[in-house]
Amino acid sequence: MKKIMIFGAASAIAQETAKLFARDGEHLFLVDMNISRLEAVRDDILARFKTKIDLYEANALDFDKHQELFEKAIQTLGGLDYVLIAHGTLPDQTKTQENPESIIREFNINCVSVISLASIAANYFEKQNQGCIAVISSVAGDRGRQSNYIYGAAKGGVTTFLQGLRNRVAHSGVSVVTIKPGMVDTPMTAHLPKSPLFAKPNDVGKGIYKAMLSGKDVAYLPGYWRLIMTIIKMIPEGIFKKMKL
Amino acid sequence: MIIGNYESWGRYPKYSPFDVYYVYWRNEIPDLSKFTKKILPYAWGKSYGDSCLNDNGILIDTKGLNKFILFDEEKGLFRCEAGVTLATILDFAVPRGWFLSVTPGTKFISVAGAVANDVHGKNHHKSGTFGCHVTKFELMRSSGERLICSPEENSELFRATIGGLGLTGLIIWVELKLKPCPSAFFAMESEKFYNLDEFFEINDESEKNFDYTVSWVDCTASDGSLGRGIYNRGNHAHPDEYDLPELPKQKLKNFPLDAAFINQLTVSLFNILYFNKQFNKTEKKLIHYDPFFYPLDAILHWNKAYGKKGFLQYQFVVPFGNEKEAVKEILNEVSKSGKSSFLTVLKTFGDIKSPGMLSFPRPGVTMAIDFRMGGDRTLKFLERLDGIVCNADGVIYPAKDARMSAEDFQNFYPQWTEFEKYIDPAFSSSFWRRVTKRIHNE
Repeated sequence: MKKIMIFGAASAIAQETAKLFARDGEHLFLVDMNISRLEAVRDDILARFKTKIDLYEANALDFDKHQELFEKAIQTLGGLDYVLIAHGTLPDQTKTQENPESIIREFNINCVSVISLASIAANYFEKQNQGCIAVISSVAGDRGRQSNYIYGAAKGGVTTFLQGLRNRVAHSGVSVVTIKPGMVDTPMTAHLPKSPLFAKPNDVGKGIYKAMLSGKDVAYLPGYWRLIMTIIKMIPEGIFKKMKL
Repeated sequence: MIIGNYESWGRYPKYSPFDVYYVYWRNEIPDLSKFTKKILPYAWGKSYGDSCLNDNGILIDTKGLNKFILFDEEKGLFRCEAGVTLATILDFAVPRGWFLSVTPGTKFISVAGAVANDVHGKNHHKSGTFGCHVTKFELMRSSGERLICSPEENSELFRATIGGLGLTGLIIWVELKLKPCPSAFFAMESEKFYNLDEFFEINDESEKNFDYTVSWVDCTASDGSLGRGIYNRGNHAHPDEYDLPELPKQKLKNFPLDAAFINQLTVSLFNILYFNKQFNKTEKKLIHYDPFFYPLDAILHWNKAYGKKGFLQYQFVVPFGNEKEAVKEILNEVSKSGKSSFLTVLKTFGDIKSPGMLSFPRPGVTMAIDFRMGGDRTLKFLERLDGIVCNADGVIYPAKDARMSAEDFQNFYPQWTEFEKYIDPAFSSSFWRRVTKRIHNE
């Protein structure tokens, strides 16, 4: 029985990944900021699969509690094999850019808290010479665009951090998986008009599960985003800055 | 801004909500009394007419209530949130040896919608309606109360909500009794009948030995062939009796165009080809539950084949005693009019009573006919059919309806005044305003 900890476990994508690990009979430690949501997620999984699930209510912004949270998880699970960091918010770019305080808040949620949690996980895994850290970053982190650069920059920070972290812990047999989903049809994007590029949470959740099992470095989900972002990254800045993206 | 498409399956009438509110968590349902306009739950929009529409009102989109809550594998008791589809339940339950006790002709509907329309299927003569297998549900009222409703607890609201068209409050979750199924396959027989009398003969015999029966009728045929068609009947296939094939992979296709592809010519051709594709009088085969129950689900958005103006499905039931004459008269009208239908379905309902107060199924013969929406002429024509249904003491199915008169509805469902007491004061629908209009104006 593998031991798996998931942050932001009530998010639509993380739920799907959790279900697949539950199907394999793994022991899950689910963390989110609202216990009643976590209970709904647990009931859903346990109605489907026979496995062990523990819940923990925590806010990612309580940085000083991150260490304690890991200790609690490791104690409850009796060890740790996989960590998935999936929490996040999608700020309204135009509203947020007017207000530096909310920019900082978005960075704290989408970047700082993630980096903190990933670091604690890496330190633990490095010592045991085994483990996998998967983090949901975003294609938005590949290049800053006027419509979404606060979110994008926070995710870009995560992506770059994970590159370095991967480089550091690779020698210890620890894998670091950067997940870069495109647009996904979840409660987070309920307010956005849908296009054919929107993916379903269960497809993305499955992609994460597979990437974690194989220890893949970077997973664009769905895969066609790798091509799209390659093209977007190739556009010279002089032209890019004049585009409305 | 309203994101997404909130039309009904028939795409007629064209009504837009004032706003849409999303729910995702069963413990975070908003205060339903806070809305300044009337509200109505909406999930997958498979009701044909206006019972799922709320013109200039609020729709509560319940697709996000998509979680399972419990499953008792021994007893086949299954509880899930309101927006879970029957497709999701089947994907989960069939490999574990359980099936829906009752399923309609599409699996892409929510479990709460199945309750609210008290849907029926091919096994009505053996198992009654969907509501007969609902053990309990949770109903949230605009008063803030969250009520567990079952045959024992809040039993009047239980009866009012089954077939209650989403008007009695917001269903949060539903608990169902599933039925054991030996496999994902059905042993099906198809038998041709050359006229309506032959249908009734085959039906009497078949209903004794088969759990599932339904017929397709060629409504372009007339005179001596009036009511000819193909009678399909089946039972769950047991692996001890049959050599079961591999599970097929279902590939869903989208209907590629939004254009009026269905017209008199294509319908006539289809009907003739369909009737003649079967050479023998009787054919037997083993068939997966998908093509057996849901042949049309293989093409997502098949309703687009009727074009932007949409279509109407006319489904009625006439009680035994008047059934043969009434069905003949209606088929005659349809065949004469040339307004032929792609899929005309004929089936008898049995006498298992539903707990639902306003439920449609009752002992008799039911028929569902699709008509392309061709404006006033189509509506006038359907009024003529109403006359035949009324004379035969029949009723029309609200879940399919977009146009019956308030007077007819109130004659069909005299219990509506009793039902009205259980409607949540914050809830309403375009359908309900239409069929109760006259009374409110008086």
